[in-house]
Amino acid sequence: MIDWIPDLIFWIVFCAILFCSRKQRVFWTVGALGLLLLFNQFFTPGFFRIELLDGHFYGSLIDVLNQGAKVMLLSLGMVFVIATGGVDLSVGAIMAISAAVSSRLLVSEHQPALIAVTVALFISLAAGLWNGMLVAGFGIQPIVATLVLMVAGRGIAQLITEGQIINFLDPTMVYIGNGHLFALPFTLTIVLVMLGVTLIVVRRSALGLYIEAVGDNAEASRYSGVNAKQVKLFVYTFSGFCAGLAGLVACSNIKSADANNIGLYLELDAILAVVIGGTSLQGGRFYLIGAVIGGLFIQTLTTTLYARNVSSDISPVPKAIVIIIVCLFQSEIFRERLSRYIRPLGRILPWAGARPRENISRITTHDTPER
Amino acid sequence: MTRLNAKYIPLIATAIVLLVSFGTGSLLYPNFGTPRVFVNLLNDSAFVGVAAIGESFVILSGGIDLSVGSMIAFIGILIAKLLQAGWDPFIAMSIALCFGVAAGAGMGCLIHFFELPPFLVTLAGLFCFRGLGFVIHQESIEIDHPFYSQVLPQLSFLVAPKAVMPFTAMCFLASVIFGTFLASFTRFGRNVYAIGSSENSARMMGLPIGRTKVGLYALAGFFSALGGIVATFYMQSGNPASFVGLELDAIASVVIGGTLLTGGVGFIPGTLMGVLILGLIQQIIIFNGTLNSWWTKIVIGALLLVFIILQKLIARPTA
Repeated sequence: MIDWIPDLIFWIVFCAILFCSRKQRVFWTVGALGLLLLFNQFFTPGFFRIELLDGHFYGSLIDVLNQGAKVMLLSLGMVFVIATGGVDLSVGAIMAISAAVSSRLLVSEHQPALIAVTVALFISLAAGLWNGMLVAGFGIQPIVATLVLMVAGRGIAQLITEGQIINFLDPTMVYIGNGHLFALPFTLTIVLVMLGVTLIVVRRSALGLYIEAVGDNAEASRYSGVNAKQVKLFVYTFSGFCAGLAGLVACSNIKSADANNIGLYLELDAILAVVIGGTSLQGGRFYLIGAVIGGLFIQTLTTTLYARNVSSDISPVPKAIVIIIVCLFQSEIFRERLSRYIRPLGRILPWAGARPRENISRITTHDTPER
Repeated sequence: MTRLNAKYIPLIATAIVLLVSFGTGSLLYPNFGTPRVFVNLLNDSAFVGVAAIGESFVILSGGIDLSVGSMIAFIGILIAKLLQAGWDPFIAMSIALCFGVAAGAGMGCLIHFFELPPFLVTLAGLFCFRGLGFVIHQESIEIDHPFYSQVLPQLSFLVAPKAVMPFTAMCFLASVIFGTFLASFTRFGRNVYAIGSSENSARMMGLPIGRTKVGLYALAGFFSALGGIVATFYMQSGNPASFVGLELDAIASVVIGGTLLTGGVGFIPGTLMGVLILGLIQQIIIFNGTLNSWWTKIVIGALLLVFIILQKLIARPTA
């Protein structure tokens, strides 16, 4: 009948958001998400259909929000780690540990769900603290320091589950990943609450500034009185906590803890989400909302591929192509070359934050001393 | 003199760990210390080893290559499919090697010309090859070709009583020798070390950064593809879903082999020892019988930690 009215409202809202963010870094991320959704609007029938069943909303868009929660949670923690110039490879393994601990406590030890969840989150915090100690305390390169837990973490998780896949039916635990609040998936509430709290803490206190200062130049920030070690310790611990939360969501989603597969390759998705969100791997700046939208973008891409009957085995290929395209557009050298060939784009690009062309001679970029 | 020694400490530490783990194995289990077990060790870790040699070059230059595992899986299924279609094995292998070099060079170009982080580019490679493998064929293909069933077994020879050195192990050792030669005795190798120590200094010295960087990623692609070919010898099949997370084993063995992940310091023979240590840990756990396979990961993680802290302690006085 008038099927297109909800879609129209959606697109008006979306364009309004896009317009409001036109001067911000997040514009590109929102724009990329928009292109993907536009593709679905025309080529994937039923992608925008949302139904109300038993008081809960269902549909592809809701599914994106629900399934994307894990990556969004991870990228929430990862964005700060990357802002300090590091990277956390161990989040997938921490997810597995958190899932293993909570389900072991639930099933084998017969503990109530609340205790299981609390203990799992504390252990994830401890795992994050361990990473932070290696990076801040011993001064080890972040990739290497977190590689230790990435390799050993899955082994530890299997040790906890004793190599079994633990299934559980505890209603509280199942609710985390499958429940509904206000007719929307409960996972969405978790993400929004986490995002809200983090946003307030980071932007209303000096913490965000400290993180960016450490990422820009750890040495200089130390001279100006920022405790760089403490900041790094906090950042990795928080990433561990977010990973623990994501692990709970992941195992609750499938009502079982599989130490081998929970969070497999998700650390890569999280890093990708952060980068798509506009945060540079060099560190120094972070875009929290961008990272979350980046996570949403990745999930939309995955859901789109499923909706178009692309086998889940082959779906990494388009993902790889998207990674390269996004990375290329973030490379100043690429943008500079592109704007040289395509005049109109050259006029648009500086408006969205590309450096003026005369500053990007290759010599000046290379002569800057290493940080 | 002390500085020269500092360079070799990780290598010596690796050698000690290797000897200690082999010694413990021999003491605990009567048949462990035989040449046969050692040859088996070389055979089992051959494809990881070949790939780890390529990974060493990338890490020596200060980069990282995450695409190793999926590249090996892709090459495996590619060769299996080509052989099934009736191609000559040598042509199939040449195509595989060419693909490896081209893909590596492509990633190197993206890294060099657009200054993209190696981490993300090779991550894209990881996804891409994994998916492409499934595009070729969705399931495992068994290799049923006279070259594999008749010619390959004849290419092995007796090195000690009851110890047959298979062709895969020889490929591995040949790669180690070739890699060592390339890294330590050629201009290319010295350029790789220079870039790994400080890219800016290397550029100011007038070294060919672009050529070396693209070249070394192409080399890593070549070794990964070779690893894939060796894996088909070993598995006698190709499976697009196999070798998930192999890049971690390769990186871990490079680090345990005494190469600094910051680049510029390390030796290819160290990687050989690193690979053997990883293999030994698995062997000991298999010999034990009561320990579960997940202990492998924990032990490897612990070893990684020890070596990283050791490297940190060594690097501190000189830096």
